[in-house]
Amino acid sequence: MSTLAPSTIDLASRLDRDAPAVEVRDLRKTFRRRDRKAGRFARKRPWPALDDVTFTMARGECVAILGQNGSGKSTLVRLLSTLLINDGGEARIFGHDAFKETATIRRLVNRVSVEASFFKKMSASENLSYAARFYGMRPSQTRTAIPEILSEVGFPPERRNESMENLSRGMQQKVALARALLTSPVLLLLDEPTTGLDPRSKLEVQEFIRKVRSEHDATILLCTHDMAEAEALADRIGLLDRGKLLFLEPVSDVKRRFGVETLEQAFFAATGREFENEGQDDDDEYREVFA
Amino acid sequence: MSEYAIEMRNQLVGLFGIVERNMYLTKRYFLWDLAFMFWTIANTLTIVFIARAANLPPAKENTLATLLLVGATIWAFLGIIFEFMTETVAWERWEGTIEYTFMAPLSRLVHLFGQGAYAVLYGLIRAAILFVAVAAFLGIHTPNANYGAALALLAIASVSFIGVGIMTSVLPLISPEKGAQLGFVAQGLMLVVSGVYYPVSVMPEWMQWIAKISPATYALRGDRNSIVYGTGLQWADVWPLLIIAVLATPIGLAVFRVGERHAKKHGKLKRSG
Repeated sequence: MSTLAPSTIDLASRLDRDAPAVEVRDLRKTFRRRDRKAGRFARKRPWPALDDVTFTMARGECVAILGQNGSGKSTLVRLLSTLLINDGGEARIFGHDAFKETATIRRLVNRVSVEASFFKKMSASENLSYAARFYGMRPSQTRTAIPEILSEVGFPPERRNESMENLSRGMQQKVALARALLTSPVLLLLDEPTTGLDPRSKLEVQEFIRKVRSEHDATILLCTHDMAEAEALADRIGLLDRGKLLFLEPVSDVKRRFGVETLEQAFFAATGREFENEGQDDDDEYREVFA
Repeated sequence: MSEYAIEMRNQLVGLFGIVERNMYLTKRYFLWDLAFMFWTIANTLTIVFIARAANLPPAKENTLATLLLVGATIWAFLGIIFEFMTETVAWERWEGTIEYTFMAPLSRLVHLFGQGAYAVLYGLIRAAILFVAVAAFLGIHTPNANYGAALALLAIASVSFIGVGIMTSVLPLISPEKGAQLGFVAQGLMLVVSGVYYPVSVMPEWMQWIAKISPATYALRGDRNSIVYGTGLQWADVWPLLIIAVLATPIGLAVFRVGERHAKKHGKLKRSG
């Protein structure tokens, strides 16, 4: 990337190069949830979204965390991006405590989630300007940086002044990628970035993720339930199941360990359940939103 | 440039970003705003016409109409500030951008102050249009008005209003379903005890005590005196506003931090109610 957000550039140059990009140890997060079957007035019960999760990521590595809906992937991403507070354990990003040094962490991390999440009446350019200002980018910088980054993600720059509501889902997701990269994160959290995209857009986004890895000094944590995507993009693959991280290793090691040909078979071997037959509970359902 | 200076500059750019975004949104929702402006003018007319119905001599009718208009204008101004502050969370949650804003390296004070600053600017413009439109429609004369003093007092009061607004902006964080509505309740309560269309002295004593800690009390009293009687900026109105401003902003921020922590602990940042 040619343009770095001022808030990140100085910090990135002073990062401890020997520290792991991500170091998660015994990380726990529990929400309270009312059992739907027990009725509206039933007492809420604790539901562990993450249960003693431990792993590390090296700088520049791309790690994919596989898991069904409700397995805890989004909770993990939210914890690492300072949007949730942990109930136990710790997480460090380039040596900085994710729950105590939030101001520093916010300059290092950005994320792309399954929903593009923009002000729909505002244009792509206006939405990107809004996001960039938070990272110290002035109008003189965004004037050139926004068309540049939009070109890089394959978004036609001439459409940058159209309101977001007029753009397709695939186009919106490209703007979401541009938003994350505009702020030059050293840790990029991708939470189902291609879910719901048409096959062509999906391939374009995947191609861009590869490009980011090769050209940009970014560490990538990809959370997905798309096994093919994980296998194609990641150095190592982890399986998060009902809040527990069952393994995290290169895909060849996973297959060798379970003596299987595919990741679907590995999932079955690890959990005793079919990947496709999992429940459809979304992570969000775990949270105490209507408390 | 020192690290501190860089951080200060980045925060100022972020504050500009909040104001800039609100300008974009005002531009995009201009027709909504226009419709809302008409509604506010019509609503204010229904209040100020009461002066006509009172069968008073013309001079007294004009004074009563002006007093009611000042009350309605400040109600509208305060309404905008509270709406913007409460919407800080509610609007972003509705659009789905809230998590991106809350994970950005912008201090919460700058974030909320930026929202408040735009609300004050926008509210002042709307209040001025409202005042002029209704005064022209009803032929209200304000020959003695000291608009400079009235505006200066409103500007001083705005800092307190932002502080109180920050306290109410936390409500949608705690209760995604009902938080925004509770903000309107807070606004209504503040105006009731502050004597929006009547002197504070007509209220029960316990309400008069509450009025003493409401910034709207001093803004209303001072602005009425400036516009009807032409008085300048009165220290008796200014010092309570300064004290409330000094206290309200840090208290508001502390309250917001507690609410934000609660939302992050229980995962309430994202969902709309």
